[in-house]
Amino acid sequence: MEGILTLHDFMLYTKSVTYIIVVGALLGLAGFFWFLNERDEDPDENPPAEH
Amino acid sequence: MSSQAVRADRGIITPFNVIAGIIVIMGMVLTAWRFAGGLGAVTNLDNHYPWGLWIGLDLMAGVALAAGGFVTSAAVHVFGMKKYSSAVRPAILTGFLGYALVVIALHYDVGRPWRLPYPFIMSQGTTSLLFEVAACVALYLTVLFLEFSPAAMEWLGLKRARLIVVRLMLLLTIFGVVLSTLHQSSLGALFLIAPGKLHPLWYSSYLPVFFFVSAVVAGLSMVIFESSITARYFADKMDETHKQQKTTVAFGFAKAAAFTLAGYFFAKVIGIAVDNNWHYLATGYGAWFLVELLGFVALPAFLFAIGAREQRLGLVKFTAGWSVFGIILNRLNVSLIAFNYHLPASERYFPSWQEIGTSIFLITLGLIAFKFIVTRMPILYSHPDYPDEH
Repeated sequence: MEGILTLHDFMLYTKSVTYIIVVGALLGLAGFFWFLNERDEDPDENPPAEH
Repeated sequence: MSSQAVRADRGIITPFNVIAGIIVIMGMVLTAWRFAGGLGAVTNLDNHYPWGLWIGLDLMAGVALAAGGFVTSAAVHVFGMKKYSSAVRPAILTGFLGYALVVIALHYDVGRPWRLPYPFIMSQGTTSLLFEVAACVALYLTVLFLEFSPAAMEWLGLKRARLIVVRLMLLLTIFGVVLSTLHQSSLGALFLIAPGKLHPLWYSSYLPVFFFVSAVVAGLSMVIFESSITARYFADKMDETHKQQKTTVAFGFAKAAAFTLAGYFFAKVIGIAVDNNWHYLATGYGAWFLVELLGFVALPAFLFAIGAREQRLGLVKFTAGWSVFGIILNRLNVSLIAFNYHLPASERYFPSWQEIGTSIFLITLGLIAFKFIVTRMPILYSHPDYPDEH
């Protein structure tokens, strides 16, 4: 906080932190999506019997 | 099913009817008091707080919790997820009653309610967000009424009129999604005008996004919550399709709610980072913000995920109720608790008992209407004349 004196400092700092969080969020969401769907049955594994 | 559905009603003297009857009588007294004495006679509203409980709870939270209608109908009619079709009518009914109660609540909250149509006929004020909210709510209430009407028409035997509405269903759904997206976000945008009044942790230029995303969560959670309530109290009204799809709906919606909540959590964190509000987290309001963010966003996201992953229906139902409470808390935080945070405690708003009583009265009206409709119309079962179109 002490290092932020100008609007430029503020934008540089907040944008940098935001970009890092966005990357973390994208990775986190991808991992969470995998966690959510990990146990779902793959429809290709047990295709319905053909008549 | 139909023979069960039209079975003779139980006696009139039931615990629900007695409690609801007492609340309705008290509510009618409060209503007379409100309209005879004006807002000042029954509310603690003042110049600092022109919006109180009736807006924070009945309108802000009510609109969010009624989002299940557009979420479910979009899933089924637009995205073709027919396995959730049994959830559409209960969700539409909940949404319709929710929006109807919002409009009724507005009549209590607005100083001169007879002027509610003015934005449309006298002074449009198209640059105002409130105009957009008013227009969208009015139009969406009409859309919800039309989406709900096939059930009433089946009950009344109006086959031709029903056929016309059913053919319009996809169009109505798309219209409903557009209107909901507009006004759910606009309700958040209303607070963009008050950066000095709303605490920085809740104020964000992303407020419209927060309101819309959390409304989707509220809609999904409300469908699960309402489904568990109807399964408990109206099981005799449900046909086999509804009973079978009940768990499919719960787990599918829990999964969607978990992922949406996770996205909402990260969006809120990004909102803090963009405005560099980290230091506020170490204050009292910061602790309260973390309770909301961790306890009512991150925790239900995790619990929904566990429930959907391990097929634990009880956990999903509990988390749905928890999440519904969290959305109500969020709307109260934005509109009341974190609003005017700089005022001394003596000048802060707390609703009067008449305001609380009126809110309970309006919610009870919704429950009575829901019970009346569900016990009479084909909401939880397919009408025998239209077996495959539900």
